[in-house]
Amino acid sequence: MLDWSPIILTLQLALITTVILLVISIPLAYWMANTKSRIKPIIEAIVSLPLVLPPTVLGFYLLIAFSPESAIGSFLNDVFGLKLAFSFSGLVIGSIIYSLPFMVQPLQAGFASLPSSFSEASFVLGKSKYQTITKVLIPNIKKSILTGIVLTFAHTVGEFGVVLMIGGNIPNQTKVVSIAIYDEVESLNYSTAHVYSGILLSVTFAILLLVYINNNRSNKFSR
Amino acid sequence: MIEIDIHKRLLSTTGDFNLKVSCRINKGQFVSIFGSSGAGKTTILRLIAGLIKQDSGSISVNNTIWFDATNRINLNPQKRKVGFVFQDYTLFPNMTVKKNLEFALSKGQSQDVINELIETMELTDLQDRKPETLSGGQKQRVALARALVQKPSILLLDEPLSALDGEMRNKLQDYILKVHKKYNLTTFLVSHDISEVFKLSDHVIKLENGSILQQGTPEELFLDKKTTGKYKTIGTILSIQPSGVINIVSVLSNNNIIQVIATNEEAVKLSEGDKVTITSKAFNPIIQKI
Repeated sequence: MLDWSPIILTLQLALITTVILLVISIPLAYWMANTKSRIKPIIEAIVSLPLVLPPTVLGFYLLIAFSPESAIGSFLNDVFGLKLAFSFSGLVIGSIIYSLPFMVQPLQAGFASLPSSFSEASFVLGKSKYQTITKVLIPNIKKSILTGIVLTFAHTVGEFGVVLMIGGNIPNQTKVVSIAIYDEVESLNYSTAHVYSGILLSVTFAILLLVYINNNRSNKFSR
Repeated sequence: MIEIDIHKRLLSTTGDFNLKVSCRINKGQFVSIFGSSGAGKTTILRLIAGLIKQDSGSISVNNTIWFDATNRINLNPQKRKVGFVFQDYTLFPNMTVKKNLEFALSKGQSQDVINELIETMELTDLQDRKPETLSGGQKQRVALARALVQKPSILLLDEPLSALDGEMRNKLQDYILKVHKKYNLTTFLVSHDISEVFKLSDHVIKLENGSILQQGTPEELFLDKKTTGKYKTIGTILSIQPSGVINIVSVLSNNNIIQVIATNEEAVKLSEGDKVTITSKAFNPIIQKI
């Protein structure tokens, strides 16, 4: 009988990560698309780091930071009672950092593609920045938002290095599908590894297929 | 009374230049800002709306200070209550025509104004359409209506008709005049079309390289000598036909062809395609190049 918990855990992790990232990334991407600040390149570089950094490097630093011996780890433990190393919440935080560019970059490109007169027209009509973003800008970058959501979700599902470093292999806690596959192969259970891999492959393919079908359809409408 | 004293350093393709404009405009006036492209016309509108900040000077509207560099007063665009029609319309693509207008409502404002504007601008049949399905002239009517929802006292029009063809321009000029009078607006129009300036405005600011070259009534600026006609229209010369000792000049004005008699002396100054005014005094219409 197949153990479904790694699959459920993976979907949970991907869902939570995507929702949190969407909330964080909208204001961040808006700021990055509009600011003329001198620190913008620094922020851009930090956001994009996970694209080039090996996941193990990121996982290693996070593990150090989360450990109860470190300043951050002991602070979180003492004040909030949070134990991030080898726990699901640690995994969520790791995934958020690891998938940040996959959400921020499409949103930033979306905001930048809108003419600045959209915001100006809205300001002249007496609308605040918040109203402008929620009612004018966001509805006009729906495609970028969908791209960000899908990329983030898929990227989190496929995560391995970061999870392995900070989460380990605890069933129902940190044992996501990618770890489970590695585990099964290590113990030469090829048939179970096959099933997990097959599920992962079909789920991610189905998601991407839906997105591209939807993209092509809306392209036809706007032309 | 609107008092404007603007000073801003601008970067342009031909090098830096200073925009320096000061003028006093009476309530209810229709002001055209006229000049070649790159003279700083649009920048003046953007400064009035508060979309960009001027370096020094002040703007006060009906005794309210909108900007004052010395006292560090700078009202943001939301508080200035102007109607702004952008050159590229900037209708929000995610909203229908009616939703675009409704978005402009201020908090607690009654819906009545929307219905009134839809009627005035003849948008009833278009109100449920999305902007992408509208023609240029239709979009411009929606943009004009949207700019008026909050009942602004100042209307700013940034070359609103430059993308439209002749007939549509004429129609929209009529709409603009209609709302200007109906809502008792003080209107600023950026334009580089003399006939448009003539038809719409009662005060013209002629701008060159950021400073005022001349200002006054269109007649003062564009006509050699002052004529005080009873009826005046503008048009383009289609043909000049000699007929005995006189010439018959056919002029296209608002889709009508008007035939005017001109002496040989007058006719040598005219040629086909010229923009002209036709003024009617007691007996004979007088034709003059503008």
